[in-house]
Amino acid sequence: MLDASRRKEMLRTMLKVRAFEEKLDDLFQRKAMFGSTHSYRGQEAIAVGVCSALQSTDLIASYHRGTGHLIAKGADLYLLLCECMGREDGYSKGRGGKMHMGDMGFGFIGNTGTVGGTVPTATGAALSAKVRGSKEVVVSFFGDGAANQGVVHESMNLAGVWKLPVIYVCENNQYAMTVSLEKSVAVKQLSVRGAAYGFEGKTIDGNDVEAVYEATQAAAAKGRSGGGATFLECITYRWDGHFGGDPGTGYRSKEEIESWKQKCPIKRLKEKLIAESQLTEAEFQKMSDEVYAELDAVAKRAEAAPLPKKEVDLDAIYAASEVSHG
Amino acid sequence: MADAAAENQATKAMRMQEALREALRFEMACDPRVFIMGEDVALFGGAYGVTRGLMQEFGEKRVLDTPISESALVGLAVGAAINGMRPVVEIQFADLLPLAMDQLASHAARYHYMTGGRINVPMVVRTKFATRAGGGPSHSSCNHGAFIHFPGLKIIMPTTPADAKGLLLAAIRDPNPVLCFESHILYGVRGPVPEGDYTVPIGKAAVRRVGKDLTIVTCGGMVLKADAAADQLKSKGIDIEIVDLRSLAPLDKETILTSVAKTKRAIALDEGPMIGGISAELAALIQENLFSDLKGPVVRIAAQPIPPPHSPPLVDAMIPDVDQVVDAVMRLAEGGEIS
Repeated sequence: MLDASRRKEMLRTMLKVRAFEEKLDDLFQRKAMFGSTHSYRGQEAIAVGVCSALQSTDLIASYHRGTGHLIAKGADLYLLLCECMGREDGYSKGRGGKMHMGDMGFGFIGNTGTVGGTVPTATGAALSAKVRGSKEVVVSFFGDGAANQGVVHESMNLAGVWKLPVIYVCENNQYAMTVSLEKSVAVKQLSVRGAAYGFEGKTIDGNDVEAVYEATQAAAAKGRSGGGATFLECITYRWDGHFGGDPGTGYRSKEEIESWKQKCPIKRLKEKLIAESQLTEAEFQKMSDEVYAELDAVAKRAEAAPLPKKEVDLDAIYAASEVSHG
Repeated sequence: MADAAAENQATKAMRMQEALREALRFEMACDPRVFIMGEDVALFGGAYGVTRGLMQEFGEKRVLDTPISESALVGLAVGAAINGMRPVVEIQFADLLPLAMDQLASHAARYHYMTGGRINVPMVVRTKFATRAGGGPSHSSCNHGAFIHFPGLKIIMPTTPADAKGLLLAAIRDPNPVLCFESHILYGVRGPVPEGDYTVPIGKAAVRRVGKDLTIVTCGGMVLKADAAADQLKSKGIDIEIVDLRSLAPLDKETILTSVAKTKRAIALDEGPMIGGISAELAALIQENLFSDLKGPVVRIAAQPIPPPHSPPLVDAMIPDVDQVVDAVMRLAEGGEIS
């Protein structure tokens, strides 16, 4: 059972993830960022529940809807926002944008825009952990859409065969872009795919941050002790459209969206903490105000930050240093 | 054919497979981060015997037999490389690289640039290529030219056993993803290979034959054909220089242009498709830089634009042969001032 201070910290991080998405949307609407957004609103409990259960040496791989994972794992908000806004100060110096970053400094292997593309990356990082005999556990975040990519299946098969310390966190928000899950798969639960590759698969409530935390902790402990991979299907819902220009209503009913907003993971934890007398409405408001004020300050700095110079840096294509043996 | 193998180092004669194995063995002994994975590479020793004995020597943890999952193999190598290892993946045929194209082209190649230099992907993908009878459309592609379109990949193509060892050793040590194309035609060729630590720099072409009248810029198995053509042309009084690219990316523009600036005539010879391939790139490079020096057009000789066929006469019709090279040189000579 998580103590109140940990849960309050998780609440704050979920707020931060949401505030970031809302700030990004604001910048997008004002045409102050480049490319599109992929809002994570509604899914915050997964990123925060998973990353809260990890150690700092553990690794994550993310995907296009990835800002939440990065923030929960400890990304610097300024560097992250600068990257979304194509600034020189960004994590990737404006070369990658929101979907293409990586920084092993906080255990972030990378994200890309190929759906499912980083699942093998995470699996390979777990192979490295196993070969080196380290105690790292690797989390591979991906959506229900990625669950149908061939390379995801190939990777999970290898994780099963080699008993790799990887946790496949499938964020089932029920729509792959505009196509519903029921039109995409013939199984009721994606978690059965764990069994297909010889490891445990579980379907959990992805809007319950504590349930996500506990399931991740168990999976990580298993991975660390040589027990291999776990598939965690986290049922959730994205409040917004697939990307910034999609209102998300052309393929989902307003009632459906509204019903999921009632299951808001932030509201849920907040109300629970209030019911347990661990939090007051005023404290929550203060927490929320602080988080949003922090984002405002970060955005102000990022908007003032310079864009990269108009130049082609051919030397940036390759890493320079070569290993040599005496 | 002249070989640039280090003259100061003790050498041993061996075939290209053995030279490649020498590189793998040497680096696995030095660097615990190096490991091999691929189909049939461990117990069986690789479809072409390159990894033979390495599993027995270094153990099953460092030489991994895998299921048939090319995309995941390359993808796992990317992740293992990012997380501190130096994987070497074997893909049995270049024809199978397209299965792993996303992981090669959009992941391995781009990580370093797209993360602002925060992430390196030091990995090697070895593969066999060459168009030959019996291989057919899915087992004898020469698709190396397709990969020059993806900045961030390094591409090597060893021609001699010494280069095979030296380039592969350099590739394993390189902090970038390196694609190694090994010619089926050259696997059996024997040559002296320096013992011990021996690297050949990636991105440096080799002048295989020095001549004054015309430069043939080529790579892989075509170097042998260029050499055979040069022997025939010698008797006709035409003196050919052969530049063996050895690396397709980065391309050694300096060696190519220096040679053609001297001979003033060039043929770009490649076993891969002419359209949009290496020969096209070479012809453009030379003409853009040396147009006013040239005594004739840069002639491309490369594969016909058809899928690699099965039957011997069809294969012979598709890929360049020695006579074609000789004829092209003679045509260029007639138009110019070769003695």
